[in-house]
Amino acid sequence: MPAWQVIGSDDRLELVGELRLADAPAIWRAMRAATREHAPRQIDVSKATAIDGAVMSLLSEVIRGCTCELVGATPAIAEVAHLYLGARQLPHPVHERAIARLGDATYRAVRAVGDVAAFTGDLAIALGATVRNRRAADWRSLPALIERAGIDGLPIVVLLNFLIGFVGAFQTTRYLQQFGANIYVADIVGISVTRELSPLITAIIISGRSGAAYAAELGTMRVSEEIDALRTMGIGPTAYLVLPRVIALAVVAPVLTLLGDITGVLGGLAVGKASLSLTATGFMNELRTIVVASDVWTGLVKSVAFGVAIALIGCRHGLSTRGAAAGVGRGTTATIVACLFSIVILDTLATMVFREFGL
Amino acid sequence: MTAIVEVHDLSIGWSRDEVLLEHASFDVRTGEIFGLLGRSASGKTTLLRVLAGLEAPLAGTIEMRVTEHDHCPALGVMFQQGALFGSMTIADNVALPLQRWTDLPPDAIRAIARAKLRLVGLEAAFDVMPANLSGGMRKRAAIARALALEPPILMLDEPSSGLDPITSAEIDALIATLAHALGLTVIVVTHELGSIDAIIDRCILLDRDSRSILAQGTPRELRDSTVPRVQHFFHRTPEHV
Repeated sequence: MPAWQVIGSDDRLELVGELRLADAPAIWRAMRAATREHAPRQIDVSKATAIDGAVMSLLSEVIRGCTCELVGATPAIAEVAHLYLGARQLPHPVHERAIARLGDATYRAVRAVGDVAAFTGDLAIALGATVRNRRAADWRSLPALIERAGIDGLPIVVLLNFLIGFVGAFQTTRYLQQFGANIYVADIVGISVTRELSPLITAIIISGRSGAAYAAELGTMRVSEEIDALRTMGIGPTAYLVLPRVIALAVVAPVLTLLGDITGVLGGLAVGKASLSLTATGFMNELRTIVVASDVWTGLVKSVAFGVAIALIGCRHGLSTRGAAAGVGRGTTATIVACLFSIVILDTLATMVFREFGL
Repeated sequence: MTAIVEVHDLSIGWSRDEVLLEHASFDVRTGEIFGLLGRSASGKTTLLRVLAGLEAPLAGTIEMRVTEHDHCPALGVMFQQGALFGSMTIADNVALPLQRWTDLPPDAIRAIARAKLRLVGLEAAFDVMPANLSGGMRKRAAIARALALEPPILMLDEPSSGLDPITSAEIDALIATLAHALGLTVIVVTHELGSIDAIIDRCILLDRDSRSILAQGTPRELRDSTVPRVQHFFHRTPEHV
């Protein structure tokens, strides 16, 4: 025989005995069953000897949104009831509609675009401030930033571009051999690597290394109030921290891309020699006839745009970090996603513009 | 009032060579708010951790006269920084002990979590992550989580430290209200004089130099003490200048 009872009638709920957390699962089921069809108007606790906070919490949920009165409470129960139920009627929980959520998401997306525009504007102002006063930016950090993004990232850029050139050439060998067109592997590798693959692969590597690092670095500075400290010292974080990073990646990205071009072509040459019986001289002669200077420099122009975009995205996410360690993690993840998205969009736009100008 | 916690000849510290408190004896009575006071590094938090069973004492006994239901913890503990799980919402933080210790269905657990958060004035932060709360709100959420299993004893480690005077007073008022309405016994570590005067019924003052309890009684009794070190503490006068 349980030490408690829940008795429900049309508009009345009666609680009897000692109602505590240990029996809460059964009490919850009994209260739910008793109030399923009719919301109670009166809750009688005159025969209850004790009600703890857990059961009073459940009771508050049962009577949420309905007008009812608690009767017969002992002073001790009345005190717990007052604490949990209060004098006011409990409101219905508000469930946001799908259309409202969609509107909210749209508003946030539009605001994000506005934020990016504002951030770019800030950077332009910072650039002006730096022209007027060179000390506005932290130029001493520039060599280290270039070293970290460039020299430290060189091995992986070289290796991946070589492998991309190698694999790209390898995929075509079977078809080229069928038509006796082995020499055209140089054309395929030369054009694809210089115009598309090297700038893209290099930008993706820079996103993962430098973009994420900028977001984490500036995000940590933000949550530990270092950015605020800079402001209190009259130092604008955009000029001081963002500008050197943007310049670093604008310099590093085309240099790495050019090295990626060379190693990508070498990957194609390795396949040409090993699988297609081509000589290095033949491969290079064919490459010179098909790859012109504009193929290389359009790729380099794109890589400058990618570098600037990656730096801006990483720094913006870092400076807008909220919360502690979790916020830094979220900002870093968001940076990678936004960088990859932006790189593909910029690449598409640049390709269309270059095509329009016959490049 | 009967004693709910009895401490006899207790010694605590990191090792036999690093003792923080020796031969301490005191009791905590049912339904009172009991203060562990003292200067920084006097061992207040360590004593609370020993009482909570998180650290082993070097010597002595602690007797807790509480009934454990289904091995469910009889103590609710609020840590100094809240110790909320950053990867969970506030509601999930409060729900966690209920999921661990009860067979309640998810809707009932959410209902209890909501009510506990309402109790501490945080219902609006139900689905908010801890990182997005202020220090005072995090402490309130931590109190709600500590109350989830209806413990008869609530242990609070510096609940009002690092907060502005108004938030600090609000936390004090919340503790007093909860203790009174729910019949809780509260053991609180503090060195905030405002909190001591506002909510504490009885207290002990730990002394780091003598590694002992310097005084015990009501805050008024300690304030009126003629012992110099007790006077330094309650009248905020430096020992060495």
